[in-house]
Amino acid sequence: MIEKSNVNDTTWHTDDKTKPLVQIKGLTKKFGDVIAVDNIDLDIYQGELFCLLGGSGCGKSTLLRMLAGFEYPEAGTIKIDGMDMSNVPAYERPTNMMFQNYALFPHMTVEQNIAFGLQQDVMPKDEIADRVHGILKLVELEDYKKRRPQQLSGGQRQRVALARSLVKEPKLLLLDEPLAALDKKLRKQTQFELANIQEQVGVTFVVVTHDQEEAMTLSSRMAVMDAGKFKQIGTPTEIYEFPETRFVADFIGSANIFEGRVSEDGADHVIVSTNVGEVYVNHGQSIAKNKKLWVGLRPEKIHLSITPPPQIGPNQIMGQVEDIGYLGETSIYKVRLKNGQIVDVTAPNQRRPMSRTHSITWEDAVYLSWEPESAMLLIS
Amino acid sequence: MHGQRSRFLTVMITVGLAFFYIPMILLVVYSFNYSKLVPVWGGWSTRWYKVLFQSEEVWSAVSLSLKIAIVNATFATFLGMLAALSMVRFGQFRGRTLFGGMLMAPLVMPEVITGLSLLVLFITLKQVFGWPENRGFATITIAHITFSMAYVAVTIQARLTGMGQSLEEAASDLGAKPFKVLTAITIPRLMPALVSGWLLAFTLSLDDLVIASFVTGPGASTLPILIFSRIRLGLRPDINALATIIILVVAVCIAIAALILFRQQQRDLLDQQLAKREE
Amino acid sequence: MSNQIKKVISMNVKTLTLLPGYLGRKIQKNWRVIIITIPFVWLLLFFLFPFFIVAKISVAELKIASPPFSKMFEWTGNGILSVRIVFDNFIYIITDDLYFNTYINSVKIAAISTFFCLLFGYPIAYGIVRSGPLAKPIFLFLIILPFWTSFLLRVYAWMGLLSDQGTINNILIALGIIEEPIQMLYTEFAVYIGIIYTYMPFMILPLYANMEKLDGSLNEAAADLGSRPINTFFKVTLPLTMPGVIAGSLLVFIPATGEYVIPDLLGGGNVQMIGRVLYNEFSRNTDWPVASAVALAMLFLLVLPIIVFQYYQGKSVEEK
Repeated sequence: MIEKSNVNDTTWHTDDKTKPLVQIKGLTKKFGDVIAVDNIDLDIYQGELFCLLGGSGCGKSTLLRMLAGFEYPEAGTIKIDGMDMSNVPAYERPTNMMFQNYALFPHMTVEQNIAFGLQQDVMPKDEIADRVHGILKLVELEDYKKRRPQQLSGGQRQRVALARSLVKEPKLLLLDEPLAALDKKLRKQTQFELANIQEQVGVTFVVVTHDQEEAMTLSSRMAVMDAGKFKQIGTPTEIYEFPETRFVADFIGSANIFEGRVSEDGADHVIVSTNVGEVYVNHGQSIAKNKKLWVGLRPEKIHLSITPPPQIGPNQIMGQVEDIGYLGETSIYKVRLKNGQIVDVTAPNQRRPMSRTHSITWEDAVYLSWEPESAMLLIS
Repeated sequence: MHGQRSRFLTVMITVGLAFFYIPMILLVVYSFNYSKLVPVWGGWSTRWYKVLFQSEEVWSAVSLSLKIAIVNATFATFLGMLAALSMVRFGQFRGRTLFGGMLMAPLVMPEVITGLSLLVLFITLKQVFGWPENRGFATITIAHITFSMAYVAVTIQARLTGMGQSLEEAASDLGAKPFKVLTAITIPRLMPALVSGWLLAFTLSLDDLVIASFVTGPGASTLPILIFSRIRLGLRPDINALATIIILVVAVCIAIAALILFRQQQRDLLDQQLAKREE
Repeated sequence: MSNQIKKVISMNVKTLTLLPGYLGRKIQKNWRVIIITIPFVWLLLFFLFPFFIVAKISVAELKIASPPFSKMFEWTGNGILSVRIVFDNFIYIITDDLYFNTYINSVKIAAISTFFCLLFGYPIAYGIVRSGPLAKPIFLFLIILPFWTSFLLRVYAWMGLLSDQGTINNILIALGIIEEPIQMLYTEFAVYIGIIYTYMPFMILPLYANMEKLDGSLNEAAADLGSRPINTFFKVTLPLTMPGVIAGSLLVFIPATGEYVIPDLLGGGNVQMIGRVLYNEFSRNTDWPVASAVALAMLFLLVLPIIVFQYYQGKSVEEK
């Protein structure tokens, strides 16, 4: 660590938010004929918790492994803290990785595992002991330092892996599916722990995950990846509420999608005529008239009622309830429109259905309506 | 594939094991025969053991065989490990197909061919370089290393493939340079395979007759060469005694190995219980 | 001029002082090359190169000299390099009945032994797989155990059983089944017994490894679909264990074909196998050119087809 940091101590400031910590330009990686990462640009800033989200084989792990130095790109550059990493092997990079199955050394104790990274640098023994002790305290494993990884529970192993990768104080911590090996309940709890620890140590995290809920909870910013390309980059809210494409809208949460053309382009709104009627969308951007696009509607943004809405206007459709899925806190209604399309609507079950008469049931004719802010414009 | 065996299968196992062990048991029993004619029972006696222990020839053959086996096992394990690492961990390199072929070929090569080709090599080397002066310890050891490293490499390759690469990547990620990764992670993790590879090479060397017969010179007899020269002429009670001792030594070694394995399993079981309690 | 030399020297001194660090980095950078080179060079020198010498000798003529063959390259009196290559040895081993018959006989004996190893080994391996968790490791251990004891002594054990005054003849005479001892030692029968006995574990172990991986629920599924056990065996188990059958058969067949010890000890002079002929040609008749030609013929007829077969086998497995 010592020899690494003095290379660029003069240029590196922790509070410099304007200059990105990681700069990726034109990065491409192929395995045989398969393009794993396809000409990617990305900046990651100091202190971010950046999630790479995508299905299996989308290239997210390859990108992470290129950051760590396990794979070398065919084209493009990675700069970390202004330094080109092209010819820097994994063991000289200012990054550390938390591996998917933790990759704890089974022939070493918890303590030895954590000290391993520090021992690779020139560092006095007592300082190593101090740092190991400090990090064990942070992850609350002081009592387990003499154990071997096989003698720990899944959650404990996960914390050892985190401690081992954090103890070298990397500029960038790479986490490959950090919670995938835990069971569901533990995973939820650990999500918050991980975010807390990141906040405490202030290290920039890049997390690879296939779990959208995990990405939403953890990240300060995230990228949705597919077939080696970024589909969209933004905060979790931006990605969920303002997806740009059908792929993103459907990948994160679920969406009802209608095809249409722009029939009116106002200053603060757009009207799209679709096969289920006109949709009025509050939208700042100007979009050319007659352009083909799609309107997305989240199931929870749609109001469902048996009585007609108070005033007639756009953003209203009629349909018939075809199926109901009762999930406890919410119910999913499958509503068939006149043109045969099925629309998903979720509604919270705020009251116990004491009498069946007031609640919506199968075969009911229903009105669907939504706010002008709710509809999402998807350009592809 | 667990569950009940049919009666047919039980009979087959029993007959099979009897087929394997009855000849060995008879070998041991007849080593205690007083009679000079092996199959003719002449009462219990240990006289053939005395004959065996007093034989200078036997002792020198045993010591030569052990020396060759130990040196061979050590070098074969080292070379086999390097070869396995090259094949499993280094991806493509020039000559990889040739290398892999040469590495695996000794496994299917008839011993007479390996022995013949190595002998002509040693003779050519002697003509050109004047070395090896006499064939014996050195030539047998080189020959044994060449074929047993293939067996070691197979053992280690299997282990390396099964191990995956993430531990090595983790070490590298934590700043360990390649050589350090090798010594701190790969070799300790390979230990069980290295030990079994060593034992395999050791046994192969002790067992080899054909290749050693080709590449040895006058005066250097390994134990198999000695045994072979004696039993070609017929049954000999002192060879029965020798066989009994070898079987005993092997049985003791295997019992120790089994004990170590058993301990290891117990420890793994304890670890699992401990891990479970933490959940 | 002298200045230049000084410069060069001082530069060299500089590089020399830097050398340890430089060397260290060089090693770190090229460690892969170093690791590959050591076993590679060993195999080239002690495995591949000898075959070229064998090939060279196989096209030489027998000579009473040391070594006993003619030189390939020779300087004639007028400073002309003459190259002598004769294919007589190959023509000889093809036309001479002894070699042809011996080769056929070796393949026959190896093939029949392999068949019997499979016939007995398959149910044994299957029985072990179907055994309980306690019996399984014990059976396996008992199968592997003989492998660690001396091969030579296992063959020797059968000499004691099969000889004219041996255990089997003694028992048969004592039981009154026969009056005169039957000759079993130094017959082809003894060679079969020896090969089957010593190579059986090489058949059982790959079969076991293959069967162990089979999913037990396949058998249950077949039974559930109305298949009787015998039918299930031929339609499900046997096809799925073919890789083990092939691996085990190769492991028995190849070394058995080239076997020298067993035909020599149990077959005496009565059973001719190619390994034994090669050995005798080489050490008794000291006809190195013919021995080399036999070795090469064996290599091409026996080992190469198997390597090619395994290469494609491996490829098709990878593709799956």
